Formats: sequence, C-alpha cells, structure tokens
Amino acid sequence: MGLRTGTFHENYAQDMAIFHSGLQWVIVASFVVLIFACPLFLSDRILTILTMMGIAVISVHGLNILTGYCGQISIGHAGFMAVGGYTSAILCAKLGLPFWAALPCGALAAGIAGLIFGLPSLKIKGFYLIMATIAAHFIIIWTIIQLRPITGGTDGLSVPRPAIGSISLGTKTNYFYVVMVLACLATLLAKNIVRTRAGRAFIAIRDNDLAAEVMGISLWNYKLQAFFIGCVYAGVAGALLIHYYSFASVDQFPFMDSVWYLGMLIVGGMGSTTGAIFGAVALKLMDELVTIAGPILSAIVAPQAAASLALISHGLVIILFLIFEPRGLHHRWEMIRAYFRLWPFSHEAAE
Amino acid sequence: MTFFLQLVVTGLAQGMVYALIAIGFVIILKCSEVFNIAQGHFVLIGGYLGYTFLVPLGLPVWATLLLSIATAVIMGLLIERLMLRPLVGQPVLAVVMMTIALSTVLGGLATLIWGAEYKAYHGMLPTLNLKLGSISVPSESLIGLIVSIICMVALMLLFRYTKIGLAMRATAEDLQVVQSVGIKPTTVYAVSWVIASVVGVIGGILLGGVSGANMELAGIGLKAFAVVLLGGVNSLGGAILAGIILGMLENVAAGYLDPLLPGGGLSQVFPFIVMIIVLIFRPHGLFGLVTIERV
Repeated sequence: MGLRTGTFHENYAQDMAIFHSGLQWVIVASFVVLIFACPLFLSDRILTILTMMGIAVISVHGLNILTGYCGQISIGHAGFMAVGGYTSAILCAKLGLPFWAALPCGALAAGIAGLIFGLPSLKIKGFYLIMATIAAHFIIIWTIIQLRPITGGTDGLSVPRPAIGSISLGTKTNYFYVVMVLACLATLLAKNIVRTRAGRAFIAIRDNDLAAEVMGISLWNYKLQAFFIGCVYAGVAGALLIHYYSFASVDQFPFMDSVWYLGMLIVGGMGSTTGAIFGAVALKLMDELVTIAGPILSAIVAPQAAASLALISHGLVIILFLIFEPRGLHHRWEMIRAYFRLWPFSHEAAE
Repeated sequence: MTFFLQLVVTGLAQGMVYALIAIGFVIILKCSEVFNIAQGHFVLIGGYLGYTFLVPLGLPVWATLLLSIATAVIMGLLIERLMLRPLVGQPVLAVVMMTIALSTVLGGLATLIWGAEYKAYHGMLPTLNLKLGSISVPSESLIGLIVSIICMVALMLLFRYTKIGLAMRATAEDLQVVQSVGIKPTTVYAVSWVIASVVGVIGGILLGGVSGANMELAGIGLKAFAVVLLGGVNSLGGAILAGIILGMLENVAAGYLDPLLPGGGLSQVFPFIVMIIVLIFRPHGLFGLVTIERV
C-alpha cells in the first residue's frame, strides 16, 4: 500500500498511531537497518561522529519532553548530564560496578537531581526558571569540583573500559551499537511518553497551565514528572559520554552545551520527537563542518578564526532559525511530506 | 576594622559599576519585556573598545569615550532592528535564545577581532586619589563610582524630563495605551537597546581600566543578573541598591572567606548562590513588582 492523497483517519487510535501506513513501517525499518549496518562500511572517524550524534539525540529527547512538551525551559541540561555521567563513572571506578548496572543508576541520580532543581518550577516560570536552571548548572559543576575525594575534582576521573559480560565495549564499533540501541529505545520511549496521559498533561501545561490546572491536571505532579523524565534522559546521555572517553571531567559538560541542546531543539522544532533527532543531527553535522573549516580559515584569516567561527556559526544558526523558521526543520519536513502526500493537489480540501 | 572598611569601600565602587550594567538590563526588560542575556557581552565589547581607542589608536580619554558611545549606539540600533524586532510577540524562550545567540555572536566577534587575548590598559584612565582617614580609595574605583553616578543621574533626568523618557515609562506601564495615543513602541525599543548597550560599554571601559580587557568581562553579565534578581527585575532603584549590596557582600565574603576555603574562588559562585536564594524565597526581589500570577 502506498501513500494516499489526503488524511483518512476515522478514529482517535488512527490519529495517534505512530505509523500511518505500511510504507512508513518499511521506511523506518530500513532506516534502522541502515544505521546498524553502518560499521560495515564506514570508517572509525565517521562512527565516532555518529556515536556523538546518538548521544546528543538521547539528551535532546529528554530536553524535548521537558521544554518542548511541558514548556519548562531548562538551560542546565549539561549539568544534569554531568550528574548522570559522574554517578555512573564513580560507581564503575570506585565500587567496581559493571557498565550495564552503573548506567541506570546514573540515570536515576540525574532524575533525582532534576526533581530537586525542578522544585523552583512550581513557584516560578519563564525567565526566572531559566535563571534557576542556569544557576543549577553552575552549582552542580561547582559541587563536582569541590567533591575532590570522590570525583577527582578538576583532575577528572578515569573509568574502566565498559564491558557487558565478556564483550568489551572499548572498540568504536561495539560502543556505536550500544549507543544506537539506546538511542532507538529512547526515541521509541519518547514517542510513546507523549502519547500517554502524562504526555497529554505535559502539552496541556505548556499550552496553558491555568487551564490545565482547572481541568484537574496536577501541576505539581506533572511538572516534576517532566523534570524527572527529561533528566533521566540527560543522565543516560551523560553516562554514555563519559564511558565513551573512559574519563570523566567537568570540561565535558560546559555551560554552552546546555545552550546548544536548546539550540538543537529550536533548529529541529520544539515539541516533536522527529524534530529532536533532526536538530541533534543538524547541529552535530555543523560542528563537524566547523572543525573541518576552522583550521583552513585560521590559516587564511587569523589564528583565532577557528574559535570565533565555532561561536559565530552556532549563534547565527539559532538566530536565523528563530527569525525565518521558528518551527524548525521538523516543520519543513512535514511540508515536504505533505507536498508528496497530496500530490497532485496543492493542499488538503476543507471538509 | 580598617580591612573591613577598605573592603566595603572597594565593594561600594565595584557595586556601582555592577548597578550601572544591571540598569541596562532593567531598561530593556521594562520597555520590551526582553531578558537580555547578552548584557555581559556589551561589557566585553566595551572593555575591548576602550583598549582599541586608548592603546593602538592612542586617542585621549574623552575621544575614546565619545567613539565608544557612538559604536555602542550603532550596535544597539542594529541589534534591535535585525534580531529583536522580528521576534515581537514570540514566546519567552525564543527571545531568551535569541539574546543567548547574540551573546555568542558578540563573543565570537570579539575573539575574531581582538583574539580573545588579555589586553591591559591599566593607568590610561585619569587618576584621582582620595584618602578617608586610614582608608585609601583606589583611583579606578573612585572613577568608576563617579562615572556610574553621572550616568545614573543622566538616565534619571532622561526619564523625568524628556519626551522619549516619558514614552519609555509609559510603554513599561501599558503597551496598548501607548500605541493608542500614537507613540511608536519600536522607537522605544530601539532607544532602550541603545541605552543598554551604551551603559554596558561604559561599564566595560571602567572595568577594563581596572583589570584589563579579556573574555572574563562577559561574566560580569552574570553578576548583573544576580543584581537585577536581588533588586527586583523591574525596579531601577532596586538595581542600584542591589548592585551596591552585592558588590560589598562579594568583596567582604571574598576578603574573609577565601583564605579559609582551600580552592577559594567564592566570588565565582557567589552570584549564583544569591540568585537561587532570591528565586526561592523572594522571586520578585527586594523592590520588584509583586505580580500575582498562578504558576
């Protein structure tokens, strides 16, 4: 069955379905197969980039649930990643826990940190919440540096190479598979979370918190749930990042990363799981372009051009998207899809 | 006691500069409800502009000040027209992300033009010496204090006695009424950005004259946020008082506690601790408008 011209949903279940046609199943399935076949024909360098993209996708999914769906803006996401990453790293390095056991513990710790720093969201919103989450980031990083006996402070902490059973995950290929499996699971989970009762509550809170509360949605409950879920995602991503390098350092979680995760969300399109993937992939791709173009520009213009190119390009991308495409790449993608779905008509006929 | 008073006096002068920078933030917020995260980067640009005009170009202080202000005016106008005007009526996240993006672009430009290096122009600003009993007031602090007070008085006069000042106060009060009596809000927005950028740049020159221009200057913006949150985001007087309080507290805390803490650097996290405490216990700050709003 191919794609049909127009929308033919007759009930709620059809409207909420993830896959609307058989063809969509085929496309998604072949995309997943393609990803998992990547190590067969791609070099280690590209696998590294894809692994980093996978980690970013997981992190942005979390931020998307928190900010895109529930409307609670957080510019402390890298801080929560650091909580997850460091918890997992300490459990591995100091207590000798295996990788697969430390990862969920890290995620849980990040979730709890999210609950604590999410508490102000019950009293404040908008800009105040932004400031509170920025402060959360700096306080988390400062605490990690101060807890030198446990975390190694500014020197960092080396972590044993991850392994599951007897399979070492030290190789790029194996780690790539782990990250991709988790990224696919995270995507599936994110897609489903927003279709549940909680997901609908998040959207109601984002669109109008007063109306949501009047309808009987407990703001206290659902805002904290959103913080918890978003930060669990961040914790998983942070743990994956630290285990990839086998080294934990606060430099892996700079403040600007918190901003770029929000940037990925804006570039991809807020409040859309597909958009989160688009945004993460697009900005990571741009990072790579900048890494390639930076040295060339440095040689031609000035030695500091590489550093400034990274800053300016990130800033400019966000500025241009905010002005010209505030709904992000996801909206473009929907428009392209609609064009083909409705062809040869230009738009859907009104009922 | 002398040590304590010395810290207080230095803190007072430093706090006035913080207050000056914070005022730029408050003016933009009051007029256009935009939270300008890039305020600290105006300071950064100011510090480097001061260096450029004073050292490589060798201009006198008054010409430096005039040229820097002119640059700041152009910068403010461009930013408002190109970046903020398309976002009128957009949600708060879009606006905040825009100012964050603006801050990285400004940081990137500063890196490109001045190479993110430390540029000192210590002693280029005029010197004034004042001794109060056993306390000596550092010349740079005194200059900072005087310039800040002049700027603040100028702003007060602007708001009280000029037509545009009245328009700005009216816009802060009620946008719809202002539009219905024929005041163009876009002009008000542009003027508020120009003022913010000018006070930021002046603050940058003052701070650069003390500690030299480097990328760290942008971090002053974070202290300005703590100042505005403490004073109440929509209160000019609150910003001045909170600036003085924070400057003094920071100096006294650093003076007494830093030798006790192994890592030191308390003044680095100090603004954030203040910020969280204020946000939890008194979100509207000391003098801010208490908005009754369900969250």
